[in-house]
Amino acid sequence: MVIHLKKEVEVKAMTIEKSKLQTMLEAGLFTVTAEIGPPMSANAEIVKKSARELLDHIDAANVTDNQTAIVRMSSVAACYLASQEGVEPVLQMTCRDRNRIAIQSDLLGAYALGIRNLLCLSGDHQTFGNHPESKNVYDIDSIQLLQGLRKMKEDKVFMSGKPSKLPAEFFLGATANPFAHPEELQLIRLHKKIEAGAQFIQTQAIYDVEQFARWMEKVRAAGLHKKAYFLAGVLVNKSLKSLEMTKKVAGMQVPDYLVERMRKAASYEEEGVSIALELIEKIKKIEGVSGIHIMAVGWESIVPSIVEKAGFLPRPKLNEVVV
Amino acid sequence: MIVAEQKPLEEISKSLEGFENIVIAACGTCVTVCMAGGEKEALKLASVLELNRAEQAVPVKVKVVTPKRQCDVEFLDDMAEEFGGADVILSMGCGAGVQFMAERFRGKLVLPGINTKFIGVAREIGVWTEMCQGCGACILEKTGGVCPVARCSKSNFNGPCGGSMDGKCEIDPNVDCGWQLIYDRLKELDRVEKLYEIVEPKDWRSSRDGGPRSVEKKEMRLDTDI
Repeated sequence: MVIHLKKEVEVKAMTIEKSKLQTMLEAGLFTVTAEIGPPMSANAEIVKKSARELLDHIDAANVTDNQTAIVRMSSVAACYLASQEGVEPVLQMTCRDRNRIAIQSDLLGAYALGIRNLLCLSGDHQTFGNHPESKNVYDIDSIQLLQGLRKMKEDKVFMSGKPSKLPAEFFLGATANPFAHPEELQLIRLHKKIEAGAQFIQTQAIYDVEQFARWMEKVRAAGLHKKAYFLAGVLVNKSLKSLEMTKKVAGMQVPDYLVERMRKAASYEEEGVSIALELIEKIKKIEGVSGIHIMAVGWESIVPSIVEKAGFLPRPKLNEVVV
Repeated sequence: MIVAEQKPLEEISKSLEGFENIVIAACGTCVTVCMAGGEKEALKLASVLELNRAEQAVPVKVKVVTPKRQCDVEFLDDMAEEFGGADVILSMGCGAGVQFMAERFRGKLVLPGINTKFIGVAREIGVWTEMCQGCGACILEKTGGVCPVARCSKSNFNGPCGGSMDGKCEIDPNVDCGWQLIYDRLKELDRVEKLYEIVEPKDWRSSRDGGPRSVEKKEMRLDTDI
């Protein structure tokens, strides 16, 4: 596309190419995603190394935004570093630390750097993190963020309604927790996220497959799986302690039998991988699930072997994807 | 009402060091009701301060006065002579009271004796909880009379975050999830469908973000023709 500017300078507008994640999902291909947690330092090599380990094993990697309110390298910067290594990033953006000015500014920057996938989140409250004395922002919530970014794409406007010649046009995602209560309220919220602009939904980590399957039934009954792609979250635990900690996290539902199984295991690491693989095997068959999102917090190096053992290799190259 | 809490005694004592004639100004309205800065609390504080000074053999004269409200100048004018001999005034009023006292008695040092906390209610005997942040644009009609700005830790306008668990907030299992309360209330009223509406981003100019605020009721202004 060529735009003629007033100064009669011809510039090639940035190609609004779709991300690999979006292209694959639209082509009906099952996706595999994982996470990169930026370091608590300015060390680029840590991000690059994580990205290199994941390369060719996943279709995209979420890059977390100061997860659990602990100060880490900016997710925009880490996304860029990951993309330099060939890993397509999914930028996570929370509403905790930035007002609508800062969010839009960071997103223009991210888009300019070639980042195309965005996951919109509320963000863990800062009392969890390492700066509990800080002030939070919460100028807008995650649904308002999604809505603003959908309008940015459709109407080429900022949240103020003022126009932008070349706005950020992200493939928009949101989260959902199939285990949170009250279920009716959670489903209303999911409806609203999709109506607001979410094109893909990443779920909370699933341990209780039966409960998740029942939730997906409701998603299908409401036709939501036709309006957004559902990427099911699977967490990999390295130890009994990690599984026990996971069970305590707000919004997590870990059945007691899995904790018992881990307790009796000869090797926690092997058992953690087995549990994850069994979960993936069951979850991927559920109608309406378009991908698996693997979370291996603190054990990212295990992701490639899980992807391989789950039979997800080789991952398709973008140029092989036929839409 | 404005809910407040008395400052720790050590902090108060330290701020009063070196002053002999102290006037403690209680306040007869909000902070009396929440038992932070009423006459009763002021008299008790006066006794403790006198006792501490006696133990240290440092002379002190403490007087307690209780205007009906420190935030209304007419009540301060009525009691102006009571403050005449004070080296320092310890205001037990809310932040507005302390500042208004300081404006009215410009020659006097006015110190705060309480920490102003929030606009809230007496939830149980001895327990007060926050209900309103004074954001300046009430949306309680959308949320079943439960405020998401004040009562959701993230001021979410469109439902609970992922940290809502068993009706409690992720920040503290003793704090109710504001959105659970909103849902429960709308359920009782058979108005849950209200929650499908996407609430647009808030215009925070009506709140503190628009700078210090004022309210003018034109018909009450003396210089305004009615």
